[in-house]
Amino acid sequence: MEKTDLKSLASAYLQAHLPQSAIQKQAVEIFHTLDIPTTKHEEWKYLNLKNLTNRAYLFANGNVAEVAIEKARSFVNVYDEQNANVLVFVNGVYVPALSHIVSPESELKVGNLRQARSQYAREFEKHFGQYADAHQHIFAALNTATDAEGAFIYVPNNQVVAAPVILHYIVATDAQNLLVQTRNLFVVGTSAQVTVVEHYNSAESAAHSLTNMVTEILVGANARLDHYKIQNEANHSSHIGFTQTWQLQDSYYANTTVSLSGEIVRNNLHIGIDGENCTAYMNGLYVLDNRTVVDNHTVVDHRKPHSHSNELYKGLLAGNAHAIFNGKIFVRQDAQQTNAFQSNKNMLLSPHAKVDTKPQLEIWADDVKCSHGCTVGALDEEPLFYLRARGIAEESARALLMFAFAQDVLERIQLASVREYVERLIAQRLKMEI
Amino acid sequence: MLSIKNLQAAIGDKQILKGINLEIKPGEVHAIMGPNGSGKSTLASVLAGREDYEVLGGEVIFNGKNLLELAPEERAGEGLFLAFQYPVEISGVSNTNFLKAAVNAIRKYRGEEPLDAVHFLRLIKEKMKLVNMDQALLNRSLNEGFSGGEKKRNEIFQMAVLEPRLAILDETDSGLDIDALRIVANGVNTLRRADNAILVITHYQRLLDYIVPDYVHVLYQGRIVRSGNKELALELEEKGYDWIKAEVEAENA
Repeated sequence: MEKTDLKSLASAYLQAHLPQSAIQKQAVEIFHTLDIPTTKHEEWKYLNLKNLTNRAYLFANGNVAEVAIEKARSFVNVYDEQNANVLVFVNGVYVPALSHIVSPESELKVGNLRQARSQYAREFEKHFGQYADAHQHIFAALNTATDAEGAFIYVPNNQVVAAPVILHYIVATDAQNLLVQTRNLFVVGTSAQVTVVEHYNSAESAAHSLTNMVTEILVGANARLDHYKIQNEANHSSHIGFTQTWQLQDSYYANTTVSLSGEIVRNNLHIGIDGENCTAYMNGLYVLDNRTVVDNHTVVDHRKPHSHSNELYKGLLAGNAHAIFNGKIFVRQDAQQTNAFQSNKNMLLSPHAKVDTKPQLEIWADDVKCSHGCTVGALDEEPLFYLRARGIAEESARALLMFAFAQDVLERIQLASVREYVERLIAQRLKMEI
Repeated sequence: MLSIKNLQAAIGDKQILKGINLEIKPGEVHAIMGPNGSGKSTLASVLAGREDYEVLGGEVIFNGKNLLELAPEERAGEGLFLAFQYPVEISGVSNTNFLKAAVNAIRKYRGEEPLDAVHFLRLIKEKMKLVNMDQALLNRSLNEGFSGGEKKRNEIFQMAVLEPRLAILDETDSGLDIDALRIVANGVNTLRRADNAILVITHYQRLLDYIVPDYVHVLYQGRIVRSGNKELALELEEKGYDWIKAEVEAENA
């Protein structure tokens, strides 16, 4: 009988779609040497992928039905951002009809990655496949091997892009389990500046979906990138994401990852700080219920001196939700005067919710300031009583305190439309009015 | 307004209140004094509905309702207010949003329409003056990083905004310097009306120079052992609590 597990399906797909470039050929080779990780693998210890990878998926590639586009439209319309560059991908396919670009090309080169290969060949060749290291990561290797569509964003030197770039990734499938590959490349030139928002949504469906996403980012010298990833997919949708950011000197990169639902969500966020005087923020918020599992693996690799990284991940877990946090900080011998801060705080709202949290620091330099801490707790009784004694009903008081718990991450969202959108979703979840 | 009969309460295995009787009528100010550990704060907590305490017996009728059957938020809705001895710091909830939630929750309990932003701000502005509340404190997280005096002032400010029928001030004066005490007392005095009442729980007589009580009660070992007028407070100030302890023990012997 034909094998229908993910590895077998992917192997068959790669045989039918031969790799085009040297980078793709190499990725195919890497893919064949790796296995789908099990919980015996240190990096996948708490995340069981068995159910996910034993399903038979249809590989989404190249075509998207009208009906799926119509479903996607509602997700795009919900998000109210005036004067933005909007790119919409439905089932992994770029949909120009739902997209629009407002920034002039002199300020921003943007479009579908697959077209950028020829349209912006010079920039593409220079940067594609240069930052994400697929050697340890079978999903990244598969992604690279499949010539996926996604966003190409290139900001030339000294350009400050006023309008944010909003990327919508929407999955809409009816009957068939769907595997979607998404590939992004963001390059921010010297002293350039841009804000990018990734939104992940999917339509409710009986069929399952899995998005396998890789994003490569270069933040050039003295450049700034504000990067948001908002995940709010339906409960039959899973996501395996690998984001690799590379920072040059004097650059600023702030990533905020908000995960609100889905079946299994795995986010790898890796930041290489390869220049002096850089600032990196990793902000994370997960508000989960049902059986959602969210696994955030972050790595910040301090390779040069005088840089600063600040990580704050917080989670509210209800129902049978399970959150995993693994935060690695590397400070290499050259990276003197590094200042690295990490914090992971979790609030368990149900006896069946679960957290695995693991900070990991490896420090070879001797003149550094590093701190880390993680907490897992329940809602404090004392503040709850205080609010109730002022007339606020117990359920509302709980919601108010949970919202307050999320507040210091929400405050770090600088794009007002994103912050309001996320606040609205969380308030809905907590059944409160804001 | 408030009628407490033979109230007994425990925390864990330890019985703290051993039969409290107290009647408070509209317009009155009562003070409860007593040495440390006599049960003063327990009484305040039981009245406000803190769940750590178990009521063993007795009854409390507030505005004709059985207070002990009500949730803390329902007691607040009925017009009970506790000024906390140790106001809690709540990070991430702004003072203003908290107050608005409280005001509208109580209005909802009473079947009134919620206040809109304009009317709410007007109310806040008016009440701020009462306790010299700084606008900056209103925008900050609730009590977070407030000084001791600012926290107590914030309690009285909340009292002013919520306009309770019965306010219980649990050692609101403890740890305040004289200037802060005057501001707090002045705020409370401005809020005194013929149709509301105040129960002042204090360790020190000094507060009663500023908030003059109609009745003073001495709580000792979980019972009210003496009641009198404000002269009783002065006597306690002069002679300390030892003579009361001695008298009570002689009576029990």
